[in-house]
Amino acid sequence: MALPNSEFKNTKNLMDRASVSQRIKRRLQLNEIFKYVFLAGLVFALLVLSTLIYDVVSKGGGWVNLDFLRNFPSRRPEQAGLYPALIGSLWLMMLIVPMVFIVGVGAAIYLEEYAPKNRVTSFIEVNISNLAGVPSIVFGLLGLTIFVRIMELGNSIMAGALTLGLMSLPIVIVASQEALRSVKMELRHASLALGASKWQTTFNVVLPSAIPGIITGIILAVSRAIGETAPLIMVGAATFISTTPSSVFSDFTALPIQIYNWTSRPQAEFQNLAAAGIIVLMTMLIIMNSAAIYIRNKYTNRH
Amino acid sequence: MNQPNKGFSIREMIETNKKKKYSTTNVFDKVMPFLLFLSAFVSVVTTVGIAFTLGFELFKFFERVPVAEFLGSTEWYPLSADQRFGVWALVMGTLQITVIAMIVAVPLGLASAIYLSEYASERARTILKPILEVLAGVPTIVFGFFALSFVTPILQALIPGLQIYNALSPGIVVGIMIIPMIASISEDSMSAVPKKIRDGALGLGATRLEVAIKVVMPAALSGIIASIVLGMSRAIGETMIVTIAGGSQPNFEFNPLNAIQTMTAYIVQIAKGDAGYGTIEYYSIYAVGALLFIFTLVMNLFANWVTRRFREEY
Repeated sequence: MALPNSEFKNTKNLMDRASVSQRIKRRLQLNEIFKYVFLAGLVFALLVLSTLIYDVVSKGGGWVNLDFLRNFPSRRPEQAGLYPALIGSLWLMMLIVPMVFIVGVGAAIYLEEYAPKNRVTSFIEVNISNLAGVPSIVFGLLGLTIFVRIMELGNSIMAGALTLGLMSLPIVIVASQEALRSVKMELRHASLALGASKWQTTFNVVLPSAIPGIITGIILAVSRAIGETAPLIMVGAATFISTTPSSVFSDFTALPIQIYNWTSRPQAEFQNLAAAGIIVLMTMLIIMNSAAIYIRNKYTNRH
Repeated sequence: MNQPNKGFSIREMIETNKKKKYSTTNVFDKVMPFLLFLSAFVSVVTTVGIAFTLGFELFKFFERVPVAEFLGSTEWYPLSADQRFGVWALVMGTLQITVIAMIVAVPLGLASAIYLSEYASERARTILKPILEVLAGVPTIVFGFFALSFVTPILQALIPGLQIYNALSPGIVVGIMIIPMIASISEDSMSAVPKKIRDGALGLGATRLEVAIKVVMPAALSGIIASIVLGMSRAIGETMIVTIAGGSQPNFEFNPLNAIQTMTAYIVQIAKGDAGYGTIEYYSIYAVGALLFIFTLVMNLFANWVTRRFREEY
């Protein structure tokens, strides 16, 4: 319903039609411009990611081959490989997974299924969220004093795994708690109503329905741990090693340590070796993360 | 009809089961909660372990170096004949990295968050968010390599006189590392603002930009502040990027073009070298570590407090 022109003339000194429409136009323009400004922020992050990948692949791509995976580190770049580092990282993974699974999931079950709502419980919860924010190098200092010196594990795989395990624990606990929380109450009630005890319900009903979420959390936490360098430097992972570990108490090296070692050498060849090492490490992480995403997508919303 | 039940009665079964005190079910139900409590308690033990470790060795450090020197001096020469332990030189290195990182990460992280929560279609979101998560999953050693081998040469071409080791390059890369963290926490809290409020503003004629800046951001402020504080805490604790690309020259001046040393990089330098157990250098890494721990703890507690205290309830 268009207003007659005369009425507009009356309100002219209150509202100027031209200036109002110009103002609206400017606001809409600003809106349009900022849409792309915000998008640019996001695109920049993605651009950096692709540049990073391009940089690493262009420098190290030609160096990754079977010999690189099978050889020991060497002073001659063309013969150098990361076999002991790869094995060391796999050892670490094999030790960290059961550790964080038992302790992390245990803690999550306690907090979600058993814990009374009291001060002790809320203290534990606050404590876990604070531990998640402690820098990894501080965990390294803890590992150096407690595991390497006091428990006399030396610069062993065990000391490294325990340190990284403690570091990943908060992530595993929080992820497992979320997985347990998403299990429907009806399921628990049904099980209890059929006469199952609390523990039977937890172990046979709740845990199986939460396990995909728990496994996803563990994979993500362990892939974070495997990429960590600083705590391993603190517990004294060797930079040069001529044998593969024979037990959990052997000296060891790991992929990030080997990459760091090559990065800190000035010659271009070693920079390329570092890039090649990064390709191997990132490939491992991508495989683990894809598995986590696959499990998450396959089992979500089933219950 | 009270017929004696010879075969099977559920009531009897329950009665007999109750009497069997040491059946597997009963034992499990008694023991497991305790074991589970113990695993939850591991986190408390860890915190106590950290406090004990840092406190104990810090004490030994202060037996050798006066507190006044540690907190009152700006000269840090732990490896020279005339040792100096003025921690402010290291704090300045960390401060430079944090400031540069925040200048990079806050605008880009918030821009990403606003785009994702206010502008992006559902489909764009499902593609873009996982890519940000990938960026968050890149190990710091990789970012360190990237800083030294890619960012530094570019910066050197742009800025004449820039040293190979400087604060600028690792600062920028630490900022890039933090973008996903700021973006995802801010986006979560912005997405939590109810649609009703947005629709109200849009209905009154506000543009999307005005809704984002004047309505959604104030409503999500606690989450945004928390994301920035947590990002800063990450920047302070970040180790490998600054170790690789920042150099090892502690000095008390704010000049991002020069080599620096952060608190974290110093700890790595000493741990990597052969500082024998019991030397002052050995204890000094715990003193620096304790300060680092206090800084990050205060920021994390502050972020938690902001989130809880200023959360808008709808």
